[in-house]
Amino acid sequence: MGAGLVQPVAIREGDQAMVISCEQVWREISNYIDGELDATLRSAMEEHFQGCKRCASVLAGTQNVVKLYGDERMLEVPAGFSQRLEKRLEERLTPAVARKARPWSSWSAWLVPAAAMVLIAAAVLLMNSLTFRNFVKSQHAEPGNHVPPDLVVVVSDGSKLFHAPGCPFIHDKASERTMTAKEATREGYAPCTRCLRQYLKTGLSRGSGAESAIAEADDEREEVLDVAGH
Amino acid sequence: MVLTDSVNDPEQASGKRERELIASVQGGQRELFYELVRPYERRVYAAALAILRNQEDAEDAAQEAMLKAFANIRKFRAEARFSTWLIQITVNEALMRRRRGRTVVMEGIDNRHSGRGNEESEYAPRDFADWREIPSEALERKEVRQRLAEALATLDQKYRQVFVLRDVEHLNIQETAEALGISVASVKTRLLRARLMLRDLLAAGWEQGWFSRLPFEKGTKPW
Repeated sequence: MGAGLVQPVAIREGDQAMVISCEQVWREISNYIDGELDATLRSAMEEHFQGCKRCASVLAGTQNVVKLYGDERMLEVPAGFSQRLEKRLEERLTPAVARKARPWSSWSAWLVPAAAMVLIAAAVLLMNSLTFRNFVKSQHAEPGNHVPPDLVVVVSDGSKLFHAPGCPFIHDKASERTMTAKEATREGYAPCTRCLRQYLKTGLSRGSGAESAIAEADDEREEVLDVAGH
Repeated sequence: MVLTDSVNDPEQASGKRERELIASVQGGQRELFYELVRPYERRVYAAALAILRNQEDAEDAAQEAMLKAFANIRKFRAEARFSTWLIQITVNEALMRRRRGRTVVMEGIDNRHSGRGNEESEYAPRDFADWREIPSEALERKEVRQRLAEALATLDQKYRQVFVLRDVEHLNIQETAEALGISVASVKTRLLRARLMLRDLLAAGWEQGWFSRLPFEKGTKPW
C-alpha cells in the first residue's frame, strides 16, 4: 500500500504555503466535502490531494459514500408500506376527527342524519304501499285490475275472492258485505273467475297468476258445494 | 434576459401545491393529509429505521409519526420546511420508543471498525485503494443497494442516525443537531466518522467489483 505513494508532509516541508498532514486532512475531510472550510484550509487540502494518493483515495471514496447514500433509490420501504400507512391514517384519523369536530361543522358530518332521513322516508313509503297497494289476500290470485272499479261486488269472511251479487260460489253468505270492486281490490280480494270471468279474459292470457286464481276459485267452489251437501 | 417561468418549474409548482395542501389540512380537510405526506413516506421510514434498526418497529414508528404530524399540523409554521418538520417528528418518535425500551437495540460494531470506542478520538482510514467515481447507475442493482444497506446497519447507533439524517435525509448540520438534541460539533464529529467507516466498509466491495456494471472486464467472459 505504501509503495509509490507520496508523503505529503515531507513534500511540503519548507514551502511558504500552509502545510497540513494526512491526519489533519482526514480530520477535515467531511467538512471539506460539505464546503464548511475557510478558503485557506480548503486551498491547503486541495494542494495536499494533488500530491497524496492516499488522501486523494480517501476523498474519492468518501465522496462516493455521500453520493450513493444520498440517492433517492436508497430510500427503500418494505413491500406494502404505502398501503398499510394509508389504511392506518384512514382508520385513526377519521373517527378521531369526527369526535373532535364541532357539531355538523363539516359537510360529511351530515351524511349520517341524511342517511337516517332517507331510511325513514323509505320506511314511510313502504308502509304506505303495504297499506294502499292492491294487496292480494291469495298469493296465487291476480288482482282485479280489469274489473270496473265502480262495479258493485260482494265479499265474505273466510274468502279471498269478491263476486258479482248472486254468484253461487260465495263462500259464507251470512257474512256477505257489499262494496265496489275498487274497495274490494284495495282490501286484497281477487275477482271470482266464474262470475267475473268476462273481466279476466285479458288476465288469463297473461299466464300463471290468473290461472292460479281460477284454480283457487275452483277450490272455493268445491268447498261451497261440500258445505251445501252436494 | 432570462425569464423564469414559475408555472413550468416543477420544483416551484410542487412547493406551491404543498403549501396549498398544508393550508387545506390546517383548515380541516383531513382527507388531504395523506396526499401531503405521501412524497415523504420513504424518508420518514428511513429516519425511523436509522434509529430503531428493526423494520417492523421502524414502520410502526413512521406511521405513528405521521399521525402525530397530523395532530400537530396547526402548529406547523410556513417558515420551516415541511419535510424537515416531519423528519424531526419521526426522529422524536423513534428516540422515544428506543428510550422506552420497546425496541431491543443491537448496538453496532463501531469499536471493531474504529479500533477505539470514544468518538472524540480520531478515526484513521484503513483502506487506500484507488477509488474512482462510482456511477449512480450502480444503484439500479438491488444487490448494490442491499450491500450499502448492510454496511450502514453495522454502524453504531449514534453514527448511523447522524449519517442518515445528514446524508440520506439531507438535513443540514444545524437541523440534524436539533433533531437529535446534540451539539453541532458532535454532529460534525460523528458524521466524519460515519462517512469514513462506511468508506472502509465499502472498500472491499469496490475492490471486488460490486459497483461496476459488469462483474468482468469488457471483452472477456467469465467462462
